[in-house]
Amino acid sequence: MYTPHTPGDIAEMLAVIGVSSLEELLRVPSELLPHGDFSLPQALPEQELIGHFTELAAMNAGAQMRSFLGAGAYRHYVPPVVGALAMRGEFLTSYTPYQAEVSQGYLQAIYEWQTYIALLTGLDIANASVYDGASALVEGVIMAIHATHRRSIVISRAVHPQYRAVLQTYARGVGYRVIEVAIGDDGRTDTADVLAHLGDDVAAVVMQSPNIFGSIDTPGDSCVEQIRASGAVLIGVVAEALSLAVLQEPALWGAEIAVGEAQSFGVPVSYGGPYLGFVAATQAHLRRMPGRLVGRSVDRNGRLAYTLTLQAREQHIRRERASSNICTNQAHCALLATIYLAAVGESGLRDIAVTNLRRRRELMEALTAISGVSLYFTSSTFNEVALRLPHDPQRVLAALAERGILGGVALNQWYPEYPQALLVTATEMTSESDIAAYATALREVLASLGEA
Amino acid sequence: MAHHGPIPLLFETGKSGRARRYVAPMGDAAAELPSEVLRTRLPLPEHSELDVVRHFTRLSQRTFGIDTNFYPLGSCTMKYNPRVNDTLANLPGFRELHPYTPDRYAQGALLVMERLERALSSLFGMAAFTLNPAAGAHGELTALLIARAAFAARGEGEQRTTVIVPDTAHGTNPASAAMLGYRVVSLPSNERGRVSLAALREIVGPTTAVCMMTNPNTLGLFEDEIRAIADTVHAAGGLMYYDGANANALMGNARPGEMGFDLMHLNLHKTFSIPHGGGGAGAGPVGVAASLVPYLPTPVVERTTDGLRLAFDRPQSIGPMRSFWSNFAHMVRALAYVEANGIEGLTRVSQLAVLNANYLRVLLRDVLEVPYDEPCRHEFVASAQRLKKEHGVRALDLAKALLDRGYHAPTMYFPLLVPECLMIEPTETESKETLDAFVEAFCEVIALAQRDPQRLFDAPECTVVGRVDETKAAREPDLRWRER
Amino acid sequence: MSESSALLYSKDHEWVRFEGETAVIGITDYAQHALGDIVYVELPRVGQRFAQFASIGVVESVKSVSELYTPVVGEVIEVNTALESDAGVINRSPQEEGWIIKLRLEGDGGRDQLLDAEAYQRITSDT
Repeated sequence: MYTPHTPGDIAEMLAVIGVSSLEELLRVPSELLPHGDFSLPQALPEQELIGHFTELAAMNAGAQMRSFLGAGAYRHYVPPVVGALAMRGEFLTSYTPYQAEVSQGYLQAIYEWQTYIALLTGLDIANASVYDGASALVEGVIMAIHATHRRSIVISRAVHPQYRAVLQTYARGVGYRVIEVAIGDDGRTDTADVLAHLGDDVAAVVMQSPNIFGSIDTPGDSCVEQIRASGAVLIGVVAEALSLAVLQEPALWGAEIAVGEAQSFGVPVSYGGPYLGFVAATQAHLRRMPGRLVGRSVDRNGRLAYTLTLQAREQHIRRERASSNICTNQAHCALLATIYLAAVGESGLRDIAVTNLRRRRELMEALTAISGVSLYFTSSTFNEVALRLPHDPQRVLAALAERGILGGVALNQWYPEYPQALLVTATEMTSESDIAAYATALREVLASLGEA
Repeated sequence: MAHHGPIPLLFETGKSGRARRYVAPMGDAAAELPSEVLRTRLPLPEHSELDVVRHFTRLSQRTFGIDTNFYPLGSCTMKYNPRVNDTLANLPGFRELHPYTPDRYAQGALLVMERLERALSSLFGMAAFTLNPAAGAHGELTALLIARAAFAARGEGEQRTTVIVPDTAHGTNPASAAMLGYRVVSLPSNERGRVSLAALREIVGPTTAVCMMTNPNTLGLFEDEIRAIADTVHAAGGLMYYDGANANALMGNARPGEMGFDLMHLNLHKTFSIPHGGGGAGAGPVGVAASLVPYLPTPVVERTTDGLRLAFDRPQSIGPMRSFWSNFAHMVRALAYVEANGIEGLTRVSQLAVLNANYLRVLLRDVLEVPYDEPCRHEFVASAQRLKKEHGVRALDLAKALLDRGYHAPTMYFPLLVPECLMIEPTETESKETLDAFVEAFCEVIALAQRDPQRLFDAPECTVVGRVDETKAAREPDLRWRER
Repeated sequence: MSESSALLYSKDHEWVRFEGETAVIGITDYAQHALGDIVYVELPRVGQRFAQFASIGVVESVKSVSELYTPVVGEVIEVNTALESDAGVINRSPQEEGWIIKLRLEGDGGRDQLLDAEAYQRITSDT
C-alpha cells in the first residue's frame, strides 16, 4: 500500500543483491513456516477504509452526548491552531532528538514545555514528560525512594483510584509498600491520619489536589512541616492540570515533587490515550529525575544550542536500587500542550479556568435545587464536585444516558463508603443549555425512580 | 526559507494583554473561591496567534522528520506515517469519547480494540494481546510482571530470579528486568552473530525466569536456532520473551508464537506506522500464550451476549499499568494500517523491508565493513572500524557528515558488540531512487573521510548549529528558562 | 596510560593508596578515559561502612553511568566535596586531585585481593 516498488525495481534490486527471488532472502527453517492461515481483516482501499472507520466512530454515541464526565480526563476547548501546528510533518514524523543538530526545533519546544510545567507547579525542574498521570506518580514515588532510602509510601485514599491501583501494580514488582490513609468528613485527606503514619520508613506522603471528589485538598503548613521533619518527601498529584491556572501552586503548598496529568492542555480525551504525564521537582532531586531532559548548551562555535542531557540515567542498570525504565516520553502530546499554553497565554488560561469554576457552580446550583440531591462535602472545588443522590448513582446514570446525558462518574464503584456519590464535572465546554437539560432530565429520572 | 540565529523562547517575548480570544472572560477566580486557595502569580507569556504560528513554524523548520528525508535509523523502523491514519484517529467519534463513557455508548471504540487485538494475535501467533502499555519499555515491564505472577502462581516466585538477555540486546531489556529485581545474565553471541545455544545451555537452569530475545536479532540476522533455544529455556521451566522491535522483518513470514515465545511486545510506532512524534507517544501491546492470559493487566476487552465491555473483574490480573485503557488514538491508527494492508499487504511490507536492507548492504559493503556479510533481514550493521584506524574517522563523524547532506544518520554504537557500529534500517516505504541517492551520498562522505578527514570532524557545518557541547550541558544543567 | 606503582588496583578499575590506616580511593586513568567526560559523582555519606568490593556510589559521564566499588573494607571518613562542583577533575587528574573517598581501613582492608600495577596493566591491555 505504501511501498513504492515496481516489479522492475524489484528485479533490478534482486540482481544487484545476487539472488533470484525475494523468497531466497526470507528463508526460515521449515519448522518455523506459519502453521495455518492468518485471519486478518480484508485489505480495504483508502476510500472504503475511511467509510468503514466513519461507521465505527458513529457507533460511539457517547462522543456526542451531553457530557459531565471527568475524574482524571477532561473535555476542554482546543483551538484549531494547536492541531494545525502540531501536525506539521517535521514535528509529527521526527524521532527522539538524538541528533541535536537537526532537531533544534523540537528540542526547543520541549525546553519550553519543561519551563511551562516548572512555572505552573512553582518547582525548579520538569522532565520531557511520561506516559500519563498514574505513571508520573510511580516515577515520583521512585524518586522519593531514591532520595530517602526508605520503602513505605503513605498515600491519601482521595488520590485517584486508578493511580493508586497502578502504584500497587508496580509496588509488587519494584518492592515498596503502600499505606493508605483516610478521607475526612469534609472530602479531604484526614491529615491527622497522615501524621499518625509518619515514621522512619516513610519515603513519601502523596496527596492529590483537587482530589477525586474535586475538593481542593492540601495538607496545610503545620502538616507540611511535620512531614518534612520526619524526612519524608511530600508529593503533590494534579489530575486536572487546568486547576494550576488559578489554584495555589504545589511548590507553595509544600510539595517537593509534583506529578500528574496534563491532558487538559490541548490533548483530546480520545477514549483514554495517549495522554501526558508530567514530573516536576526541586533542584535537589535533579539527578533522580527520570526520563528525558532537554538542556541548553552551546555548539562548537559558541552558538546557543539545545540537546538531550543527563541521558546516561536512562539506560543504566542499577540492581540494588529501584531505577526507572518506564520513562519514555509523550513528546508529541507535550508539543500539543506547549502550543496550547502559548496560544491561550496567561490571561486566556485564567479565563478558561474561571469559566470552569463558574460552570461548576452553576451545575451544582442547578442540580442541588432538585429535591433529594445535595452536596456530599462542603469543601471548595475546582471543576468537579461530588453529589449525594437519593438512589444508586449507577441506576440514575443509566436512565440519564437513555435521555442522552452522560451524567458523571459513580464514585461508589471505588468508595463503597459513599454509596450514593456521583462525581459531576463541568468545563468551559459545558453550556448553559447542557446544564438546564441535565437538571430537567435528572428531575424526571429521580421522580420515576422514586415512584418505582 | 528558514532564518538562522536563535529563535527566542516564548518566555523571552510576548506581552501581557495579547491573548484573550478563545472564551468569553468570566470575571475573577476570587469571586468563586476563598483567596487562601488561590495562586497570586501566573507568569506565563502572551502572544498573538500569528506570533504563536510563526514561532512553531520556525521550530518545525529546524526539525528533521521522515517527511523531510530518508531516516535510516536501525531498530526504529522509520517508515512513512500515512496521513489517513491521523484523519481517522481524529474523527470526532473517537477523539471526543471520554474513557468513562459506559460501554454501551462506546461500542465503536471497543470494536476497534477488539479487532486490532484479534489481528495482532493472529499475525504473531499469540493467544491474546493487551493494548494497555504505552510504549515498548512499558510493554516489557508488563510482560515481566505477567511472568512473575505466573511463577508465583506455580509456587516458583522465590526461585526464578534471573533473566537472560543476549549481549546484543537493547538497553531497555536488562533495565526492565533490573527494575523488578531480577539478576540479569548476559548471553554471548557466537561467531555467526547469533545467540550461542551452547552458552545458553550452560547458563539456563532452575533460577531462570525469562529469556528475552528478538528475532531477527539486533544485527539484522535471523536466529535460525530459535526453536532449540526456546526448547532449552522451556525445559528448564523458564519463559521466552520476544522483543518486537524487529517485527517489521517477519510479518506473514514467521510467527513468534510458533518460534516458542510465550510473551512478546510490539512497538506500534515502529512496525505499525504510528508517528514517532519526536519521541512519543507510542504504544507497546503485549501478546501472551494461552496459559498467561489470566494475568493480563486490566481492563481487557471482552465480548458478551450484549456486546463488548471493558472487563476489570479478573482475579489473577497483575492489575492496571496506566491511567485508563490504552493509547486509544494509536489503536485507531494501527487498525487502519492493518486494514489498509490486510495479510498480503503486511507480508509485502516485510518482504520489501528485507529487500531494501539487503540492497543497501550490498551497495555499501565495498566502502564500509559489514561484519556479517550474509543476507540480512530488515536491517544490517556496518562498522567504521577501518576508517577509524586509517584516518581517525569514527561512526559519529560519518553520521554528522550525513546530516550535512540532508540525511538523518543511522543508529550509532548499537549493538555494542560491533565497534564503531552503524545500524541501518531503510524500511519498505523507500524507493530504489532514494536508496541509490543515499548510497551515493554515503560514498562521497567516505571518500571525503579518506581524503580530508578534518572535514568530517568539523561536520555538520550546514545545519543550524554544529556539534553541541554535551559535557557542558550535563555539568551545568540549564533545563528551563527563569524569570529575572 | 600512567599507573603509579605505589598503588594497588581492583579489577573494576579503582585504585587505592594506603596512607597508614587510611585508604584513598579513586578510579584509574583507564576508567576515566573509557567513561568520557565525567559530569556527576554520587558519593557515599561519611560514616558509612562498606565491605570489600561493595557498591559505594556512582560515576556518571555524558554517555554512561558506572557503579563505584570500594577495593577495601572500611568506614568512610572523607569524601571529595570538590567533585560536586567540578566532576571533571577526575578526568584531568584521576589519581591525584580526582580522588573520590577516604576510608579508615578495617584490618588490612583485604589487600591481598587486589592487583599490583603490573597485574592491573595486564587486564587493561587484554580488554
